[in-house]
Amino acid sequence: MTGFTPTPARPAPANTVGFVGWARENLFATKLDSLLTVLAITLILYVIKVVFGWAVIDASFSGSDRTACLKDVQGACWPFIEAKFGQFIYGRYPDAERWRVDLVFAAGLIGLVPMLMPNVGHKRANMIFLLGFYPVFAFIMLTGGVLGLAAVDTTDWGGLLVTLVVAVTGIVASLPLGILLALGRRSDLPIVRALCIGFIEIFRGVPLITVLFMASVMLPLFLPDGVNFDKLVRCLIGVALFSSAYMAEVVRGGLQAIPKGQYEAAAALGLSYWKTTRLIILPQALKLVIPGIVNTFIGLFKDTTLVLIVGLFDLLGIVQLHFTDASWATPETHITGYVFAGAVFWLFCFAMSRYSIFMENHLSTDRNGS
Amino acid sequence: MLGALLLAMVWLVANVQSNLERQNINSGFGFLSERAGFGINQTLIDYTEDSSFGRVLTVGLLNTLLVSVLGVFFATVLGFSLGVARLSSNWLINKTAMVYVEIFRNVPLLLQIMFWYFGVLRNLPTPRQAVSFGDAIFLSNRGIVVPAIEAGSWAGWYAAALAIGLAAFIWLRRRARLALADGTMMPIWRPLLMVTVASFGVAALLAGVPFSLDVPALKGFNFRGGITVIPEFVALLLALSLYTAAFIAEIVRAGIQSVSKGQREAAAALGLPDKTALRLVVIPQALRVIIPPLTSQYLNLTKNSSLAVAIAYPDIVSVFAGTTLTQVGQAVEIIFITMMIYLSLSLLTSYAMNRYNARIALVG
Amino acid sequence: MSDPVIRINKMNKWFGNFHVLRDINLNVAAGEKIVICGPSGSGKSTLIRCINRLEAHQEGEIEVEGITLDGSLKNLEDIRSNVGMVFQQFNLFPHMTVLENCTLSPIWVQQKPKAEAEKLARELLARVRIPDQADKYPGQLSGGQQQRVAIARALCMNPRIMLFDEPTSALDPEMIKEVLDVMVELAEEGMTMLCVTHEMGFARQVADRVIFMDEGEIVEENAPEAFFSNPKNERTQLFLSQVL
Repeated sequence: MTGFTPTPARPAPANTVGFVGWARENLFATKLDSLLTVLAITLILYVIKVVFGWAVIDASFSGSDRTACLKDVQGACWPFIEAKFGQFIYGRYPDAERWRVDLVFAAGLIGLVPMLMPNVGHKRANMIFLLGFYPVFAFIMLTGGVLGLAAVDTTDWGGLLVTLVVAVTGIVASLPLGILLALGRRSDLPIVRALCIGFIEIFRGVPLITVLFMASVMLPLFLPDGVNFDKLVRCLIGVALFSSAYMAEVVRGGLQAIPKGQYEAAAALGLSYWKTTRLIILPQALKLVIPGIVNTFIGLFKDTTLVLIVGLFDLLGIVQLHFTDASWATPETHITGYVFAGAVFWLFCFAMSRYSIFMENHLSTDRNGS
Repeated sequence: MLGALLLAMVWLVANVQSNLERQNINSGFGFLSERAGFGINQTLIDYTEDSSFGRVLTVGLLNTLLVSVLGVFFATVLGFSLGVARLSSNWLINKTAMVYVEIFRNVPLLLQIMFWYFGVLRNLPTPRQAVSFGDAIFLSNRGIVVPAIEAGSWAGWYAAALAIGLAAFIWLRRRARLALADGTMMPIWRPLLMVTVASFGVAALLAGVPFSLDVPALKGFNFRGGITVIPEFVALLLALSLYTAAFIAEIVRAGIQSVSKGQREAAAALGLPDKTALRLVVIPQALRVIIPPLTSQYLNLTKNSSLAVAIAYPDIVSVFAGTTLTQVGQAVEIIFITMMIYLSLSLLTSYAMNRYNARIALVG
Repeated sequence: MSDPVIRINKMNKWFGNFHVLRDINLNVAAGEKIVICGPSGSGKSTLIRCINRLEAHQEGEIEVEGITLDGSLKNLEDIRSNVGMVFQQFNLFPHMTVLENCTLSPIWVQQKPKAEAEKLARELLARVRIPDQADKYPGQLSGGQQQRVAIARALCMNPRIMLFDEPTSALDPEMIKEVLDVMVELAEEGMTMLCVTHEMGFARQVADRVIFMDEGEIVEENAPEAFFSNPKNERTQLFLSQVL
């Protein structure tokens, strides 16, 4: 019997690997392909030239008023952003008290980052910090009036601060509400079921702007004369209700994915409905739909811009407000402002969508055991 | 607990009543027949300041539908192209489409609307210095003005020719579909073209050219004549289409990718050419996965058109839940009506989609 | 001896930089039945997928019925209408009925009229013993039935060569026999077959040659009895001791 000596492996032919091979396959595979590649390259180069020209070459980088941005060939007006940067982030929050906002941002990050990393432990303690302690801390810090902190009225809040407050409050409030709605939708009690379905369908079927109008204009009617709702609070309520309907559908998807066997095993162990839900079903369901939850948050984050329509100054709103500053009126001011705001939003949303994909991959390998 | 809930509701209703009385706001829907007293700069039906609020509602609704339908059309065309581009084996095309999707998806729609409106369209020159194309189409900060076509008395022949073309199209498509089952792809475009050209030729012979162009001309500070497309409409349509197309691209990509590689291999092993395999095997299966989320995006686009209020495009939220509400004050009724309208649109579309889904569901 | 229907000469294939098939030389005569076996990753599936160009080779020649496999589209169409393939995952089209699955290629590639294609399809479905499932959808059939439909679908093209890529590996044990029976009948009727499989009983019963592959090359080939009872290579011996 002869032994087996394998034929030695050879490297692949030179024109099929490396950059040449890659280019042949991916860029120039057919005549049409090559034509498309050439067109695409021309288009991309043109776009890069225009954008780079506007943002860097023809742009102004320093100055203290509009005269800095009135060149013959004018690109972006970055001094405008620089001058207004403080207001873009904090609104009219008093300068002396801005450290409180910074503290709240920092504390939020400290609590959030470990929560997002799947391999870091102490998730329960982390969750309690984020959902229990942090909101109270943030509220006290931001509004003040107690513990020797100066009071800062919510009408002075603005910019990125408002965007984050609305978005984070929206998501924190809509998660428990959405879970309740999703559970209620699957309830055996017809009234509970009907109410939940009605709520979900209504809030999913109407535009957010009508909900904000409703909150802004109608909520005051529901209260006795004299009691006034803070405008910010009205928006928060509207956003929370709206978002909870979408969250309910996301959670419902997770609940539906739990096999019946789980319910049966829990029943066999003698667990009540609420215990089963809390200990067995929800942890699994929520973990399954983390990508869906993050996507809802991304949507919510973008939707916060709508509050400017009802008079609240989020990041977009405050940038718009400063367009009316006569000392900065130039043809390029508007576009520069929008590009800046767009870039900030884009950064947040893109980062979140990358995280969502990361979690999706992590969860699927988790489930497949590999 | 139920008792407490009921008590709370009674208290709320009592508050509403007393507040409304205090502010002298009426109740009921009678206001719909009152005189509106304000102008609207885009109306698809006749409207004057003497029209009723009910008519305002109709005008707003039509404007919402106009921008939504056109938005759905453009977003679909662009979205499908981008989705297919995302699957291209050409790396550049693939990645360029990806960059588009990642940019337009992650910037809020309201910002995009405002960018186009305040950033771009308002920076166009005044009508006196408008950009002109062939002295017939003009681009300015008052909008795009194009020539209007006015039909003379013999124009009916042309309408008939159009109708013949349409009928031929429907008939040819039915014949083609039957032929498909027999394994032949019947050409429809060439015979359709011939029939249409022929019938238009006949119309031209009989009627001459009964059309005149109402070319816009600059008179004073603005253009007279022609059709003006207001910049608010253009900005809203542009933003809605570009934004929604990014989402549709991802849906199309995921749908086509959901058809397993084995399906394509089996079709190839059976000798089917790529185009036929695409048409008979890949696309029918991909569509089943694409259509539900696609419908969801269409609904989102329709709801998002309500952002028109930020740039004063006269959609239903702008003119009814906006201006009318300010004038009449009956917030409860007005917002209720507005919400009901959107809700009906949503429910109708969901219902139609569920019916369609049940019909094409894979058996087994 | 007449010309071989499949001629593979010094064929080499790479996936990127990974040398997956090394110096393959293989001639298959008309009517010959070949079983290819080997450990996973040995390249056996890749080899038969190169024959109908589901995979493309970079070096060497492959000739099927005298037609050379290169990038040319015309050659490809000719080859694919004469070579049928059955997949491990069946790959039936779920949105078409069983009958439509079978008549798809005759109608669209061979331009047969619908009535004639349907008649042929029903005959072949009877031959694989599921004539009454013609109007059902694949999702309504069992695994064994689906694979038999897949065989009938491939046969509807009237191929002269049939390739089988682990046709029973995805089936429950009690359904393997019904598919193997069909394959045995096909073999007895004189079809040229190349079969990648672990079913050694089938190899013993039907194969003219058994080929053992490892690490991308053909290690040993022989008639079945000689192959199983007297393997010439250590590696073959090792594999057989693990499998039998």
